[in-house]
Amino acid sequence: MLNAVATGQAAFSFSFIEEAHLNIVVCIKQTPDTAAKVEVKDGHVTWGDSPLVVNPWDEFAVEEAIRLKEKHGGKVIAISLGPETAREALKQAVAMGSDEAYLVSDPVLKGSDVLATSRALAKAIGKIDGVDLVLFGKQAIDGDTGQTAIATARRLGWSPLTYVAKIAEIDPAARTIKVERLLEEGRQTVTSKLPAVISVVKEINEPRYPSFMGIRKASKLAIPIWSAADIGVEAGQVGLAGSGVAWPEIMPLPAREAVCEFVEGASPAEVAAKLADKLAAEKVV
Amino acid sequence: MTNSVWVYVDQFKGAALPASWETLGAAKKLAGELGTGVTAIVLGHNVEGIAKETFYYGADAVTLCDDATLADFRVRPYAAVLAKLADDAKPQVVLGPATTRARDVFGFVAVDFESGTISDATALALKDGAAYVTRPVYAGKLIGTAVCKDRRPQLITLRPRAFPKPEPDASRSGEINNVPAVLKEDEIATKVVDYAIEEGKVSLTDAKIIVSGGRGVGGPEGFAPVRALAETLGGALGASRAAVDAGWIPYSHQVGQTGKTVSPDLYVACGISGAIQHQAGMRTAKLIVAINKDKEAPIFKLARYGVVGDLFQIVPALTAEFKKRLGK
Repeated sequence: MLNAVATGQAAFSFSFIEEAHLNIVVCIKQTPDTAAKVEVKDGHVTWGDSPLVVNPWDEFAVEEAIRLKEKHGGKVIAISLGPETAREALKQAVAMGSDEAYLVSDPVLKGSDVLATSRALAKAIGKIDGVDLVLFGKQAIDGDTGQTAIATARRLGWSPLTYVAKIAEIDPAARTIKVERLLEEGRQTVTSKLPAVISVVKEINEPRYPSFMGIRKASKLAIPIWSAADIGVEAGQVGLAGSGVAWPEIMPLPAREAVCEFVEGASPAEVAAKLADKLAAEKVV
Repeated sequence: MTNSVWVYVDQFKGAALPASWETLGAAKKLAGELGTGVTAIVLGHNVEGIAKETFYYGADAVTLCDDATLADFRVRPYAAVLAKLADDAKPQVVLGPATTRARDVFGFVAVDFESGTISDATALALKDGAAYVTRPVYAGKLIGTAVCKDRRPQLITLRPRAFPKPEPDASRSGEINNVPAVLKEDEIATKVVDYAIEEGKVSLTDAKIIVSGGRGVGGPEGFAPVRALAETLGGALGASRAAVDAGWIPYSHQVGQTGKTVSPDLYVACGISGAIQHQAGMRTAKLIVAINKDKEAPIFKLARYGVVGDLFQIVPALTAEFKKRLGK
C-alpha cells in the first residue's frame, strides 16, 4: 500500500511538470569494500569474503541525482556495467531513491577499459529517451583511472563537466547548467548546456542511507539486464578485444621496509630535537 | 624531424606545473631509448614563455597554440587542438602529468583515436616499442603493469612527484611551431565565469613536505599547531577524512581514498590513526613520521619514525626546533 502511494506521487509530479523535469542517469560501479584485503592469487585479483559495495565516489553521484530529482521533478535511472553481482549495487541506488535500474551485463564486456566501458555506457544511455544529465563518481576505487565520465561525455557529444563540487543552478527549460569544479588550484565556476555528463567529488553532498521504503522498493523492482546485443555493441568493440589497454601483470605491493623507530625523550623539546636530527640526516627537510 | 614522443605541458594561468617538467624528463628518457626526440605541446593564452621554458627542460621541438579561447582551461578546445596535431603527425606516445586537466584531455583524445589511455604512472619501461606503465591500483593495495596494446597514440599520465624533475638548462632553445586553435569561441558551450584560487597555499600534489592532522587534533582550532609546522617546513597542510567529515577543515585538504593521493618526500601524520583509506592516499610518501597517543595505531606500521605522545606538546616543540634550525 505504501508502495502504491509512493509510485502514484512520482507519476503525478512527472506529468505535472513535464516541461521542466530532469531525466538523470547515474552510472555506478560495484567495487570491493574500501577496507577489503585485496590480494593476487594465480595472477587474479581477489578480495576473499569482503563484501562488494557501491564505489564510494558513486554514492555521491546517486545522492546528487536524487536531490536534483527532488528539486526539479523527473526521474533517476541507475545503470551499472558489471557482472550479475552488480545488481546489488543497483538495488542500493534504488533503495536510496532511484526510480529505475538497468544492469548492463554480458560475458563479452568483461575486461573493458575506459575506451570500451565508455562505449558500452554511451550506448546504454542512448537507449533511454530524453536524458538531461549523466552523473558519475570522480573515479572508481579499484581501477582509479578517473576517465570513464570524460570518455563517455566525448562519445555522447554532451557537455563534459568533471570534478564537480556543487551544482549551483540548473534550468531544465532553458537547457543551462552552472557548476563549481574543484581543481588543483581552487574552485572554477562554469556555465554550460544540457545535456551534460558530470563527475562529482565528495564535497558535493552527504549520501543518505537507504530508507525502509526504499529497501522494500528495491527488493521488488525488476532490474532488467541489457546484453551487448541489447545496447547495440559487437563483441570486438568491448571487453578485452575492444580495449586500448592491457594489464600484463598485477602484483602485491612490495612490503614497506620501514620498521618504525620510536623517538623518545625526557621532554617534548628533547623529542623534537632528536626527531629533527633524524629528518636532517634523511635529507627530507 | 618528426618526434614520436610528445609531452602535453600542463599549465595554469601562464605557469607550467612542476609535474609538467617531471613528465618532460621521463619523456626524454623514453625518446632516447626509442631513438627519437621530444615535442612539447603548449596550449594556452600568453604562454610563449612556457614554450621557451620547455627547451630548458629538454624539449627538442615545441608546438604552441596560443589563443584567447585557451585562456581558461576547458577540455573541448584543448583536446581539439591535441587531437588535430596528433592526427597530422601520428605520435607514438603522448605523456602528461596526472592532473585533472591532462586526465580529461587524454580521456577525450583516447576516444577520438580509439586508442588507450593509462592514468597515474609511477614508472615507465620500454619493451618492444611500447611503454609499459607501472601504476598502483585498488587504492594502492596492488601494483599493476598496463600497456597500450596495438593502438596509437599511447596516452599516459604520470603521477606528480613520481619522476625526477630535470635540471633546467637555460642555454637551450629551439624553434617554436605556432598552430591555430581548432574551435571558435561560439563553438564552445562551456564558459568559465569565475575561478576562486586558493592563494598562498602549497598544493598537496606538488608538495615535498606534507603535515596532516586527523581525529586527534580534536577540533578546528586543533589544526593551528599542525598548520604552523607545515608553514615552518614550507609544506602543505593535509587532513584525514575524519577531520574533514567533522567539518574542522575543508575537503580540499583531505588525503586518502576519497581525497587526494600524494607522494611527498616527508609526510608527518599528527593524530591520524592511519585507516586503510588514509593509507591509500599517502603510502607512497618517501618517509613517514607519525605522532599519535596510541602506540598500537596502524600508522606506526607505515612510519619510519614515530612519537607516542600528545601532539599538542610534540608538534609545537617540532615547530620551535625547525624555526631555530631554519633560521625563521
